[in-house]
This record gives sequence, C-alpha cells and structure tokens, in this order.
Amino acid sequence: MSTSLNKVVLATIVLPHSKDLVLSGGAGPVFVAANKEEQQRLALYMSRITEGVVHDLENGVLVVVKH
Amino acid sequence: MADNFSSIVLAAILGGALRFLLLRSDYRQYPTYPHGYVSHLALGFIAAALGAVALPALLEQEYVAVTFLSLAAQQFRDIRSMERETLTKLDARELVPRGEHYIEGIARTFEARNYLVMGCTLIISATDLWLLRECSPWLRGCGLLLTALLLYMAVRNVMEGKRVEHLATIRPGKIIFKGANVFVDDIHFMNLGLDEAKAEFLKKGMGVVLEPKDIDASATLANIGQRQAIAHICAKLLGIYKDVDTPEFTPLVRRDVKTGRLGLLIIPATRDWDALLDAVKRVPVLEGSISRPSRSKAGRKRGDYEHQSQ
Repeated sequence: MSTSLNKVVLATIVLPHSKDLVLSGGAGPVFVAANKEEQQRLALYMSRITEGVVHDLENGVLVVVKH
Repeated sequence: MADNFSSIVLAAILGGALRFLLLRSDYRQYPTYPHGYVSHLALGFIAAALGAVALPALLEQEYVAVTFLSLAAQQFRDIRSMERETLTKLDARELVPRGEHYIEGIARTFEARNYLVMGCTLIISATDLWLLRECSPWLRGCGLLLTALLLYMAVRNVMEGKRVEHLATIRPGKIIFKGANVFVDDIHFMNLGLDEAKAEFLKKGMGVVLEPKDIDASATLANIGQRQAIAHICAKLLGIYKDVDTPEFTPLVRRDVKTGRLGLLIIPATRDWDALLDAVKRVPVLEGSISRPSRSKAGRKRGDYEHQSQ
C-alpha cells in the first residue's frame, strides 16, 4: 500500500518574468528557471521524479500535479 | 440405481466439459496458469455433479439430496468475492487499470457460469433420463453429446452482452493543440505543459470519437467505469506507450458535456487504425453502467444528448 499526494501541486517552475505571479504559501517548491529551455527541462525532471503531469498555466508558470 | 449412476456420470462429465469450453483465456489475462484453471474446473465439475444428481435423486424420492443444491449456491457465491479480490489486487499493478466496474462484471460472470453449468447439466440429465436411457449406448452417447453442444452454442449466444459498437458510431478523430490544451476534434482532454509530450502526441497519438446512437447510449457511455474499460481494453490490445513516470501518456476517455460524445486519446504501441477502431467496437458494455433514462418522461427530456449526424 503506497501513499501519495494526488491532485496537489507538487512543484512550480516559473520564468524570471513571471516569478512575481506566484505568491508564497501552498504546497511544493517554486523553481525559477533562467529561460524557456531550462523551464522545460526542470519541469521534465520534476514530472519524472514525482510521477506527475506538467500543466502549463500559459503565463510562464508550469505546475506539476500527480493525478 | 445402476442406470441412474451411469446417467449421473455421463451428465457430470458433459457438464464439466461445458465449463471447460466456457473458460476462455485471452487478453483478460486470467486464468492463464494451470492453477487458475484447476480451481475453476474443479468448481465447474462440482456444479456439474450437483446438476447431474438432482433429477435422479428426485426420481428416487431422495428429497434431502435436492436441498444440497441450495448449499452449493452459497459455495458459488464465494467465487464472486474470490475473483473480485484477486482481480482487484492485480489491478493495482496495471499500467492502465481495468477499474472496479469491469472487475465486478468479470466476477459476476465467473459466478454465473457455474449456475449455467448446473442448469445445463440438469437439462442433459433430463434428456438422458427421459429420452435416451433406453437407446443403445452409441446412440445415447451421441445424443447427449449433441445436447451438450446445442446447450453450449445457446449459452454462448444468449449470454453474449452488448458491445460498444451497438451503442455508438465510432470514427477516427483529429488530435489538436490549442495552446497547452489537447483536444480530439472539439473534445477537451487535458492541459499539457511539456513540449516533448505535445510532440509525442502529435506524432504518435491517436484519437477516436464515439457518438452515442440514442439517449440511453449516451447515459451508459457517460459512466466512468465504462470509460475506464474502453481505455483499458484499447491499451491491452494495442500495447501502450507509457511507463510509471510518464503519466501524461495514460489513455484517456473524456466526455463532451453538451453532446454526450466520448473521445479517446491514446498513444498505442502499434499505430494501426483498423485495430484501434475494432478494439473500441469490441469493448463489452458493462452491466453496471447500463442505464435507460428514455424509459421515463423526465429522462427523454435530457439536454446532454444531441445527435450530430456526419
């Protein structure tokens, strides 16, 4: 029997220009990526680590959520 | 008495053989190993023996023997829980699970097949006692075999449930991305953030649209268990391009709330349209998901069904 956090934001990966869009609080760390490539790479790593799916809020913010 | 004995043995053997024929192993994966077969065949033979004993016991006025049938029914009810338990445990480790609805349907079928065998053996034994007992052994054997064969064909045809192709028109759909959102035709599936995943979907993904044929079909297909069964069977038959750390490639079945249409989004291991459409068509309609709102006045006025002809 394994336990996991489902439907919770496990990590947030933001671009420098959108880091102010994420306020403190909530679950999971917020990573600031230098550019879009790094953001994609971080999101890919985080999704593989957490077995979650990456969602794009289309404002420079990517979130990883396990379903 | 000796005559009854031969009748019981013959009917029990034929009934047991019938259980063997009804035990099919295919993509449903269970049973496959000899142990699985043995437990089901053993119970099948017990059911056949009970069915075979019933009539001769009545003829000998041994009424107590008949009451044993009710004891047997209790025994067979345990099969359902046994199957449910086994399949649920196995399901937890499936890449695309069957879902509880499908498991319940399989468990129910396993239980019912024993009653079927019991009933069929009863008919075989009745045929033997009243029609064939006086005939030559050769004619008796052939007659019984023929009865068993007819019963097998009847059971196979009568017990066959509906399939998804009876409820919906199935056609290929086109995978489209609008920003981060993936659609099959105009049915929304999910929001995908990884460019790599989007590229995979556009390159290897396949989309299918299921248009329900009437209000009842729309209500039945809306059932989440039914939708999970569609995803499971497609993944099982065509193979799946997914591992535990790539949940975004899990096949999904989503519903267009306005029209009741379903969409299936999958990245199969084999990119074969005929195979995929055929797999969707052959998905059984689960007993637990069948609903018939059209039987009531209120149900006929549902707004979530809007048939769109091609």
